[in-house]
Amino acid sequence: MLSIKLAWRNLIGAGLRTWLNVFVLSLSFLIIIWHKGIIAGWDRQAQRDTINDEIGGGVFWHKNYDPYDIFTLVDAHGKIPEKMQTEIKKDKLSPILITQATIYPEGRVQTILLKGIIHSQTVVNIPTAKLSTNMEEIPAVIGTKMAKNNNLKVGDVVTARWRDANGVFDADELKIVEIFKTNVPTIDNGQVWIPLSKMQSMLQMPGEATIAITAKEDGLRKNVGSWIFKDHNYLLKEFKEMIKMKNFGGYVMWLVLLSLAWLAIFDTQVLSIFRRQKEIGTNIALGMTRGQVIKIFTVEGVMYGVLAAILAVLYGAPLLYLQAKNGMVMPEGSDEYGMAISDKIFPYYSFGMVLITATITLISVIIVSFLPTKRIAKMNPTDAIRGKVQ
Amino acid sequence: MKKFIIGILMISSFLFGQTPTAEEILQKIDDNMVFEKAITTAKMIIHGRSRSRTITSKSWAKGNDLAMVEYLSPAREKGTKMLKTKNKLWIYTPEPTDRIISISGHLLRQSVMGSDLSYEDMTDNSSMIDNYEAKVLGDEVILGRKCWILELIAKNKKIAYYSRKIWVDIERLLPIKEERFAKSGKLLKTTEITEAFFQDNRWFPRHMPFKDALSKGKGTEYILESIEFDADIPEYYFTKAGLKR
Repeated sequence: MLSIKLAWRNLIGAGLRTWLNVFVLSLSFLIIIWHKGIIAGWDRQAQRDTINDEIGGGVFWHKNYDPYDIFTLVDAHGKIPEKMQTEIKKDKLSPILITQATIYPEGRVQTILLKGIIHSQTVVNIPTAKLSTNMEEIPAVIGTKMAKNNNLKVGDVVTARWRDANGVFDADELKIVEIFKTNVPTIDNGQVWIPLSKMQSMLQMPGEATIAITAKEDGLRKNVGSWIFKDHNYLLKEFKEMIKMKNFGGYVMWLVLLSLAWLAIFDTQVLSIFRRQKEIGTNIALGMTRGQVIKIFTVEGVMYGVLAAILAVLYGAPLLYLQAKNGMVMPEGSDEYGMAISDKIFPYYSFGMVLITATITLISVIIVSFLPTKRIAKMNPTDAIRGKVQ
Repeated sequence: MKKFIIGILMISSFLFGQTPTAEEILQKIDDNMVFEKAITTAKMIIHGRSRSRTITSKSWAKGNDLAMVEYLSPAREKGTKMLKTKNKLWIYTPEPTDRIISISGHLLRQSVMGSDLSYEDMTDNSSMIDNYEAKVLGDEVILGRKCWILELIAKNKKIAYYSRKIWVDIERLLPIKEERFAKSGKLLKTTEITEAFFQDNRWFPRHMPFKDALSKGKGTEYILESIEFDADIPEYYFTKAGLKR
């Protein structure tokens, strides 16, 4: 208790120097918690949106399908097996036929992926119900980014050209019947959704599909013949790796700020020990053990950490709360990285994350505060009282 | 024997001033345009929205299955070679990469460097009579030349264009204007032969503007600078090793 009292008195006595150290340390606390909160919020939102809009409970890929090689689409299609058809009837599976095509908005050439989907499906959040419209043109649904990039609006008619199963060119008019908003660019950028039955007939691929998305609640989860099931671990792997990288970037930033705080605390401790040699000598002469004196100085260092945590809570908690409530607006063009990202990210702060961050910061501060006090153990009390530099 | 009978029939048709049958005309076009072996040097001018790009290339071709193209300019593409053997495609990039990459044969369907021509169009040396059923629709003077108008409907189910309409120069037996259609009947591509030359007893196109009929682009001009028919091309030219020669 005595050491805490003494430490507190010394810290307050140091005035502005103490508060500068405390402020830098509190900033380090706050920034890492904020950064981790943003990444965690993005991770949760992106995974939720990707599952709801694109991958459901997992996706069956035709054995030749490779999303990274557009040219494989020519061979990546096949008859939907009986077992999968049963699931389609129960709306537990949504087959999608994909082909490369070209559209000509305002006479410009734009390569796209044409995707056929059942209009009555509810497996993914795409407004496919609009595709049931009967019209002369082929009804098409596109995302907002696709609409913006190609200057398309509901009601617009655009020519599309594709090749059928034999490689023969065909062309027809598409009519935009709906534009939907999604945070998942992989179902939006350069993609046009049309009715599956129409697409199968256009490509001369009756009863065929390229992929099939399973319902997120339940359904098939194992390979069916040459259809390979890809689960969340596989489909979200790339995104999770990117989140890891982002987290690593956050740690680097945290380390830089923490280093500044460490340096300030270390310097303060060294200066403090140098300036308070007489006090150290007197304390030892009055019967204090070296260990007790070291404890006083170490507690002073730890107090920086405690004060920083309190300060971070005082000014940081309202800021973090406000951002968690209102979200952080992402800059224009953030979605062009190809990852699921919404216009606003709502940070997510878990108790565990805050506790781990605070504990690591505090432990590191204790170590940094303790290191300079080792000199005290080597001090000669008589010389210290005389104020002789050691 | 078949060719001999067709030849006799054609000569008699021409002598008596009658329009030959569509098949006879296609056969004559094939005789004129399809070659066994050839070395060509060509220039392709791709007209973009704001500027035009010129690509020059030299090609070695044997039948419809074997072709090798080397880009001579622009500097960025110089030395790049493309080898097509049936449905396989390899691309060689010179130093500093010095690599041969095997490309999916489906790339043949893609546009050549943003032009209105696909690799398939560029290396096409296929016979019209093997791929299309033809019908003579009449005659017309076009580009200052008297032509027969033919409608072609694909009999080969794997041919890129389901139907074509061609204007065949009666004298030179060259399709000096062509419209290529999708299965739906939509016009996809137009080509013209605005300049031709006579060499080795056949007329051959010199200058051909191609245009994607669905786009507002200004099209692509293909200019054949030289051609050497029945040239002596070593077999290794059509091998992967030949790409690095």
